[in-house]
Amino acid sequence: MQLRGSKQAAVAGGAVIAALALAACSSSSSSSSSSAPASTSSAPASSSATASTSASGTINAAGSSFQNTFQQAAISAFKSVNSNITVNYDSVGSGTGRSDLYSNTVLFAGSDSPIPASEMSKVPAGKTVLYFPVFIGPITMAYNLPGVTNLKLTPTLIAEIFQGEITSWNNSAIAAVNPGVSLPSTAITVAVRSDSSGTTQNFSLYLTKAAPSVWKLGSASTIKWPSTAHAGAQNTGVASIIKSTPGAIGYVDYTDAKASNLSAALVQNKAGDFVAPSPSGASTDAASATIASDLTFAAADASSAPTAYPISYQSWDLVYSVQPNANDAAMLKAYIGYLLGAGQQLLPSLYYAPLPSSLDQKAVAQLNQITG
Amino acid sequence: MSATVQADPATPAGSASGLSPRRPLGDRVFQVLALASGLLVLVILVLIAITMSQQSTAWFSSEGWSGIFSIDWDPAHNKFGALAFVYGTVVTSVIAIVIAYPVSMGVGLLLTEVVPRRWSQPIVYVIDLLAVVPSVVWGLWGFLILNPWLQTIYAHIASAVNGIWILGNLFGPLNGNYVSGESFFTAGLVLAIMITPIVTSLSREVMATVPAADKEGAYALGATRWEMIRGVVWPHSQVGIVGATLLGLGRAMGETIAVALVVGASPTIASHLFIPGYTMPSVIALQFGEATVGVFRAALIGMGVLLFVLTIIVNLSARAIVGRNARRMRGTA
Repeated sequence: MQLRGSKQAAVAGGAVIAALALAACSSSSSSSSSSAPASTSSAPASSSATASTSASGTINAAGSSFQNTFQQAAISAFKSVNSNITVNYDSVGSGTGRSDLYSNTVLFAGSDSPIPASEMSKVPAGKTVLYFPVFIGPITMAYNLPGVTNLKLTPTLIAEIFQGEITSWNNSAIAAVNPGVSLPSTAITVAVRSDSSGTTQNFSLYLTKAAPSVWKLGSASTIKWPSTAHAGAQNTGVASIIKSTPGAIGYVDYTDAKASNLSAALVQNKAGDFVAPSPSGASTDAASATIASDLTFAAADASSAPTAYPISYQSWDLVYSVQPNANDAAMLKAYIGYLLGAGQQLLPSLYYAPLPSSLDQKAVAQLNQITG
Repeated sequence: MSATVQADPATPAGSASGLSPRRPLGDRVFQVLALASGLLVLVILVLIAITMSQQSTAWFSSEGWSGIFSIDWDPAHNKFGALAFVYGTVVTSVIAIVIAYPVSMGVGLLLTEVVPRRWSQPIVYVIDLLAVVPSVVWGLWGFLILNPWLQTIYAHIASAVNGIWILGNLFGPLNGNYVSGESFFTAGLVLAIMITPIVTSLSREVMATVPAADKEGAYALGATRWEMIRGVVWPHSQVGIVGATLLGLGRAMGETIAVALVVGASPTIASHLFIPGYTMPSVIALQFGEATVGVFRAALIGMGVLLFVLTIIVNLSARAIVGRNARRMRGTA
């Protein structure tokens, strides 16, 4: 059947009008949508942060992929502690996690960095975000140089290597820091992340703090690396590039470097000592960080202790202080309280570092600020 | 609708001619449902375009037209220029069709002219298997196996052509001795493998419509097989094959995960093909998760709009060309 000319125009016009109308209805910003609780409400909850709470329901969460291994382990362990609360954590990235928090799609968001200034306008008006740090993790300088073990690097050298200014391993600056080691003349291949990541953000933050006069590329989840860098997706991609390319060096999370059996360089900390990456070194480093009143801090290069490993970073769970109902508040207190309490015991076997105890205590005390 | 329906001698009784109240209920319901389904597709497309454009206005207002099409993509310093990604998309897609076009044409000719009919089915089956492999598998294979292997090959080619006039600029090393397995060319190669099945199957169909009478006429005039192909098959089917290749181009431009894993993720504009690059769908896939809400995210969504518009244009022109050729073929059959 063929629609005649005027009917064709009417149908087309109707379609466009319908589409525009639907678009207008759906384009409302997050602040105007009803703040529907992301869980089911039920019996009134106790206000304590202990595991035995009468709260029940589902916590939906999303965010940092750095936290994902820990969150999944904690979620399954938490089931045996409190079977009434189910937690779902989607590893979608810190940016998307925070965005989900602003639109009330999740109860808490995992983020490797505090809310940047450019995003503050997206937080719904009148809402305060609480930061709960969950763990510390080292970033290794993984490298592939057959015959060279215990390579030592200073922050200045790392900055120059990753900016493409030092191009071969037997450069005199590297040799000066590694006396007695015979460095080959292999070209340096820099391995970086192709996808945006909190690891990149915190590694570049470390370089802005530790080598400010040398490092020019700034700090962000994506860096404009020199065009000679090889990029791989995820920590496993970078590890794979390093493993298959002699002369490669890159930044890889400690867990993935251990899983891929990569050699990691010793990095010079503020005290001048060369320290190998380890969870305890990361904890020592974070212990000296300046903690703001909202519990944000930067662990990178924070400590002057001799055993501190300077390239360390942290992750937070972001929660609104005022929850839509008492059940949500109770569930959050129960789960986040678990992460800060018994959940910290899970970290060593996952190759992460627990929070320094003073920080942990402050975080547990902050739980009382969640109200519903 | 008028209450009395004039008897129109041109339309036979009971034919579909408007939503007349006299027609059976089942027909009317069917007509409405069919119209609604068609409209739904249109509405979804328009909605996608509108909502994505709304979310990307922050990019336009922050950068302006000159900023959007600048070379500099540096989120750490709030620079969001998309030119390098447009360039990468164009370059990898062009490489893909430059490789896929002759291969598909060759396979099409093989299937229609050379191979006995009973062998053509298994060969078609094998080619279609290429289309069945998921895109992420191509990406993984490319990253883990193809990239390291090709890097050594590129190094040899680059050192051989280094300094030669045009070849050196295309295939030579960058800054002395730099070539990379993750590169524009590898991405183009993987894309070519991925679009070959669709271009081949369409080319084969177009070539099969060449009238046998024309082919026999050529043979009768003493042409060899090659002359017959060149003089009869190609003129008939060329436009259709070009249309098929454009459809493949539309697919290549939008291919995301396979390219993201092998292209090297480095926003660069340079004539060299053996260096890492970046394409629009790759940057969206790789950077969206951590993009800060604001201009960064708006920039990625804006690039999605750009890509959407580009692929629609390419697909529409492809269909127009293929359709025009099909009408022409029906006319001469």
